[in-house]
Amino acid sequence: MITPLDGNVLAGPLGELFAVDITSAMGMCASCGTQNPIAMARVYTDAPGMVARCRNCDAVILRVVRSANQAWLDMRGISSLQLGMPTQ
Amino acid sequence: MARAAVLGRLNWQVGTVTEVRGETPAARTIAVDLPDWPGHEPGQHVDVRLTAPDGYSTQRSYSIASAPGGKRLELTVQRLDNGEVSPYLTGVLEPGYPLELRGPIGGWFVWDPDRTGPVLLVAGGSGVVPLMSMIRTRDLTGSTAPFRLLYSVRTPEAAFYTAELAQRARDRAGLDVSYVYTRMAPADSPLPTGRISASVLAAGGVTFAGPASAGYSRDAPPAVFICGPTSFVEAVAELLLQAGHDTRMIKTERFGPSGG
Repeated sequence: MITPLDGNVLAGPLGELFAVDITSAMGMCASCGTQNPIAMARVYTDAPGMVARCRNCDAVILRVVRSANQAWLDMRGISSLQLGMPTQ
Repeated sequence: MARAAVLGRLNWQVGTVTEVRGETPAARTIAVDLPDWPGHEPGQHVDVRLTAPDGYSTQRSYSIASAPGGKRLELTVQRLDNGEVSPYLTGVLEPGYPLELRGPIGGWFVWDPDRTGPVLLVAGGSGVVPLMSMIRTRDLTGSTAPFRLLYSVRTPEAAFYTAELAQRARDRAGLDVSYVYTRMAPADSPLPTGRISASVLAAGGVTFAGPASAGYSRDAPPAVFICGPTSFVEAVAELLLQAGHDTRMIKTERFGPSGG
């Protein structure tokens, strides 16, 4: 059986792409509507990239693949992200 | 503890190893001097990248063990014999060697020292590393937040930081450290030998019922950090939920067999 990790493992690959930490954001699953921190997603790393699934309904919420000089990011499983920001 | 430390895109940087010291026969702590280190929060990790002369490179994530401060960082690495990275880090790397890494990484599994509420840390094996950073940060900042560490480990010899944890628990009020041995325990171990169970949690005083739970109440529940192998984290999180802890107060970090 492949043991999933959690969304914390996405922080490095996503940290290459975004200036804010996406794993501490609340993400709404496009499939079931549940809101959870991305860090709580189930993440499978035994693939060419990483596949994150909703902890509630198991739908794929995010996929990220990195090659030597390209990154592919699929976030269609997340309908919204809510991020903590510095007070302005 | 600048929040800004988590802002900005990640870039690889090369540091210099300044110290290596054994924690157990199969694990060691590596101190790295990083001129461009932006600082970190306790609980964050780094990615370490090794590159072979032929250009092949591979990377692994390791939790930061040290408290924030300065340009020096400590990692504690457990050797996995069939691993690609950890045998080099634990067996070959010496002071003076360069080490390429990027970080700090992750903003969710972190403890904010401005929070004064109680904290429950549950470690499985080398999952103690990011929790040690939180304990060291608590002391460094003079925090009086009540801390309790429940550390599950196979044998006394396999435990990291034992002398330091004992000293910190002696010197600083409000830090309580308990060991749960899964294979072999010393004769004076107060908790039963075996995996963490509901009865171990009750004996360890981390439930809300019974006299041992004096530190916790449902009105002031602890912030919970669980770190260890996936199966350990899932089991402990489930037990804590059954014991009345709120899922919103539980943060977890799982590491898997793909590491090394």
